[in-house]
Parts: sequence; C-alpha cells; structure tokens
Amino acid sequence: MKHLLGTFLCLLIFTSTLAQKDLMDILDDTTTQEINYTTATFKSTRVMNGHSIEKMPPGQLDFRISHRFGTLNSGPYEFFGLDQSSIHFGLEYGILKWLMAGIGRGTYEKTYDGFCKFTILRQSSGARLIPVSVSALSSVAITSVKWSDPDRTNYFSSRLSYVQQLLIARKVNQSFSVQIAPTFVHRNNVATEFDPNDLYAIGAGGRMKLTRRISFNAEYYYTVNRGSYMSQTVYDPLSVGFDIETGGHVFQLIFTNSLAMIEKGFIGETTGSWTKGDIHFGFNISRVFTLK
Amino acid sequence: MKRVTVILLCLGLVLTANAQKYMTRNGYIGFFSGTPIEDIKADNNQVASVIDISTGEIVFQVLIKSFKFAKALMEEHFNENYLESEKFPKSTFKGKITNLAAVDFSKPGQYEVIVEGDLNIHDVTNKVSVMGSIEVIPGGINANSKFNVVPEDYKIKIPAIVRENIAKIIEVTVAIRYSPVDNK
Repeated sequence: MKHLLGTFLCLLIFTSTLAQKDLMDILDDTTTQEINYTTATFKSTRVMNGHSIEKMPPGQLDFRISHRFGTLNSGPYEFFGLDQSSIHFGLEYGILKWLMAGIGRGTYEKTYDGFCKFTILRQSSGARLIPVSVSALSSVAITSVKWSDPDRTNYFSSRLSYVQQLLIARKVNQSFSVQIAPTFVHRNNVATEFDPNDLYAIGAGGRMKLTRRISFNAEYYYTVNRGSYMSQTVYDPLSVGFDIETGGHVFQLIFTNSLAMIEKGFIGETTGSWTKGDIHFGFNISRVFTLK
Repeated sequence: MKRVTVILLCLGLVLTANAQKYMTRNGYIGFFSGTPIEDIKADNNQVASVIDISTGEIVFQVLIKSFKFAKALMEEHFNENYLESEKFPKSTFKGKITNLAAVDFSKPGQYEVIVEGDLNIHDVTNKVSVMGSIEVIPGGINANSKFNVVPEDYKIKIPAIVRENIAKIIEVTVAIRYSPVDNK
C-alpha cells in the first residue's frame, strides 16, 4: 500500500512535468517588457508649412526644396499662379538623437533662417507609458530686403525675428496623428507702431494616412492677438495637402493661403484669404542623405 | 525507505526534465538584401529562443522593431511600410528538429540538422524547412542557420518604385547561443 502510494505520488509529479508548458509560453512568460517608442508620427519634419515633432536622426541630412506658386485666383494670364514662384531651400541635419539644426533661405523678404529642434518627450507604450511626443523649436530669421527707407538710421537688429514653439503630438493610431503647437513670435521691427512686436499663436495639425505611402495633412495656425493689427489685414494660415512618400523622398503637395514657408512669415504676415481664393499651390520636396 | 527512494527517483526525473531546455534572450538574426542598386542589411540581437533537446522542439520570438539598419530611414520604412510592426510586432517560428537522433547532446561537437516548422512573419504563416547546425559546447548549445525568405510569401508588398532596390529573395542568418534553463 505504502509502495503504491509512493508510485502514485511519483507518477503525479512526473506527469506534471510531462505536461510541459508550450515552449512559446516560456518565451512569453519571460518576455521583458520593453519601452516601445512610437515612430513616424509624421512622415516629414513639416506637417505642411509648420514643423512637426519629427526630427532628422543623427547623421542624416535633409535637403529640402519648397515652392509656392502665385494665387489660384490670379487667372489664366498668370496660369493660375504657376507663372510666379517663391522658393525656400533648406539644409537640415540630425546632430544628436534629440537635436537637429537647419539653415534655409527663402524668396519671401529674401530671408535667411536657422533653427534648432529638440526632442523633449517621446510617445511610448510598454514599460513606459507616455501619451504624447513633445519637441521644442527655436528659430531666427534675418530678412535681407533693401531698407524701405534707406535715409533713416537702420539697424541690423531690425532684420531679426525669433520664433519659439512647443510641438505636442500624438500618434492616435497607425494612420491618424494630431499635433498642437503653441507658438511665440517676436519681431524686432514691425511695419508701423500699431503692429505688435509679439505674436501668440496656436497651431493645430494632423495627418490621416490614406495608403501606406500617402497621407492627407492639414494645418491651421490661430493667431491669438491678430485683432490688434492695424497696418494691414492678415489672415490665419490654413494649409491642406498630401504627403507622398517614395524611397528616399517625401513630396508634400500643398494648398495654402500663405506665401511664406517659415513660422515668422506665415504667422502674422499671411495676407491671402481662402474665401477670396488667394490660394497658393505649392510643394515641399525632402531628400534625405545619410552622411554617417 | 522504499518510499524515499521512489521520491528521490521522482525528483531526479523532475530535474532531468528541466535540464532538457536551453534558452536565450539575446540571439542574433540578421537579413540581407542585395541588388545592383543597393545592399540592405539589418541586425537583431534581441532574439528569444528555446530549444527542448529531449523532443527537438525549437521556438523563436523576434521583435520586428529590434532590427537595426544602417540608415534610419530604411528602419522607418521597414517598420512602417513593409513589416507594419505596430500591427504585427512579433515574428515567430515554431518547429522541430527532424533528425534529432543525429545529434548527441552529451558529446561536444558539430551536428547538421534539418528544422521544420511554421514561420510567422507579418501575420502570415508558412511551413518552412531549413538546414542548420547545432554545436554542443560545454555549458551550452550553439545553433546556426542560413536560409532564404521571399517577402511576397508573407504578403509584404514592395511598390514598383523601389522594386529594383529590394531583392526578391532575402537571406536570413540565425546565430544563437543557448544556455540551460535555470531550475526554479
């Protein structure tokens, strides 16, 4: 009897080890939870005109050529704006994992510009849950158009303007991302004493993927203190368009009421109105080179 | 007394049953796509795998996001456009060494094996049979294999514009060093 009990016990233990767990389960059990960073919230470092939270990875150079044509309502004589072209070149480089910098030159007011973009937070799931990605943008623009009044004392500092921007984005799901961008623009010199030197704006943008390589993007900047303008009527910039991604290029086709392609220009200096048909067709081409 | 012997025997069985499994969390799987236009290579050093030498069963789990490329843009496209790693984060393999008898796990040495099983990539499962080698070393097992994967078989769509840049057949390299699973 005792012997039987022992055998029974033995069998019990033995079978329990025989009823081994599936090998895959062993891996599942011990799978360490990892931080799963969200990638490709936007296809490009720009949503449309404005920056997105995305930055160039270290060692990668982005050569950007952007065009804005004349307004669609300029009629057939101007071929609906295509006879005129405003251009912006940019060379932008990822320095560190969290830092990129870029320089550019635009037709609009013959402006040179430079910026730094910092990654502050990265949206992640898994071991660390962060609901949004946050980047900060700091940029300087220097106009180089001839002084409107060369007889008076003109200071170089009058050519400068600064933009500070916080970019907060969330990739809601595989195809939909949104971004909010509180923005502060300071112009050292403005057209008249009625124009504010400081502008406060909030940008809102988003992208909806239509296919794996094409997305629909929209972006709007609401200028909080636009009402205080006196010298000219300006509008808030609204841009809609498509991102088309091929191997190493991203094409962005854009319809916008803004001619300028940098923050300082499209916030507070957009004189076109969508309702009047002052819509510029344009495109950004981004070509990425791996330098290291 | 008899009972004690039985229990001891029993315990012995339990222990041996456990020592049959070998595992790793940092195995290597890499792949290579060679075309006249460009070569694409990616490495993943966080491959998890278990082998049960008593049954010849072998499983792999690979996180797609852990594949590292030389160009960040390639890595993004690989995850976003081709493997869709957010939707299908893992690739798995579940198979068996079909010629287990050819391997003497108690004797150090190199043995050629054939592994058959289900390879799941991009949420598509295909039966595969690959050649590999098992090397029994003191305190562990090395496993190596090289085989080909056709992206099309796993519904990985490659658009016309980059079709010349990505090989039709991708060469996959597996290099694993297993250690015995600790008893707990």
